[in-house]
Amino acid sequence: MKNIIENNITGITLILAGLIFMVIGAFHGEAMEVMRKAVTICLECIGIG
Amino acid sequence: MNIIRKHIRLCVQMIFTALTNGYVNGFIQGTIYKGSTKQFCVPGLNCYSCPGALGACPIGALQAVISKPGYTFSFYIIGFFMIVGAMAGRFACGWLCPFGLVQDLLYKIPLTGKVKNLPFDEYLSRVKYLVLVVFVIVLPMLVVNIVGQGEPWFCKWICPSGTLFGGIPLVTMNEGLRSAVGWLFQWKLLILIMILLLSVKVYRPFCKYLCPLGAVYGLFNPISIYRYKVDQEKCVHCKACQKVCKIEIQVDEKPNSLSCIRCGDCMKGCPHGAISATFKKRGK
Repeated sequence: MKNIIENNITGITLILAGLIFMVIGAFHGEAMEVMRKAVTICLECIGIG
Repeated sequence: MNIIRKHIRLCVQMIFTALTNGYVNGFIQGTIYKGSTKQFCVPGLNCYSCPGALGACPIGALQAVISKPGYTFSFYIIGFFMIVGAMAGRFACGWLCPFGLVQDLLYKIPLTGKVKNLPFDEYLSRVKYLVLVVFVIVLPMLVVNIVGQGEPWFCKWICPSGTLFGGIPLVTMNEGLRSAVGWLFQWKLLILIMILLLSVKVYRPFCKYLCPLGAVYGLFNPISIYRYKVDQEKCVHCKACQKVCKIEIQVDEKPNSLSCIRCGDCMKGCPHGAISATFKKRGK
């Protein structure tokens, strides 16, 4: 286990930082912003305009 | 059982695509899912306007956040990229992306004169970074209307996944949307047809040359926890790995190339068993 952590310290640090980023983003209202966009048909995405 | 083992990647791709696009009512009624799972991103380029989509496309979500007034950086989506990328790099491209699956299936159509790469491949493969910076970040953030709201430029002008999984089914099933079709839909349809036709001859042209999501994940390939390792004591540099790799990566030299989608063909194709996926420090 110790060996796995030592050999992947950059990756593990990035995953932990990513988790912190996601939590900050969620508290910042970004998850709701994604939700708001994703539950209505995105006319640009489907090529209507 | 052997058939499943032989085609394990294809099975995973199909099951994952079906699971993350499992809202069957959407296809029947010509609408989209509106449940709370839509606030979470899926790892592949999976349009959230696909009638079956249960999650959000990370590239669409990034543009949606940064094009909003008051947001210049998206912690939520960048954090998601860091987690998926640091875990396995472009593994998501090879195993979990629905548009990657479509291209893989098209490449299986028997046709003579298949090519692995287009001419000027080295330069063309840099275009995806340009697409990422210009169409996904800069234009949605800077080109805004009177209330400061930008547009999802990549989704609007380029994304063939949105046209295939979102546009075509919705326009087919929804009469209101069908009446609104104009030249933009035709433009996006043209891009989609060109990419699909090219995919029959060239392996995954969209992933190699245009996909901004692949560009992001690829940056994590060298440092991701799941990565490839070449045992230098076993490797005789016969280049069998490069021959079997559909992206033509020099696996013995760069086992964790930014272009590698972790399909695993090199591991299967190495006659000396020198390539492995490992959690240990990479060999080169």
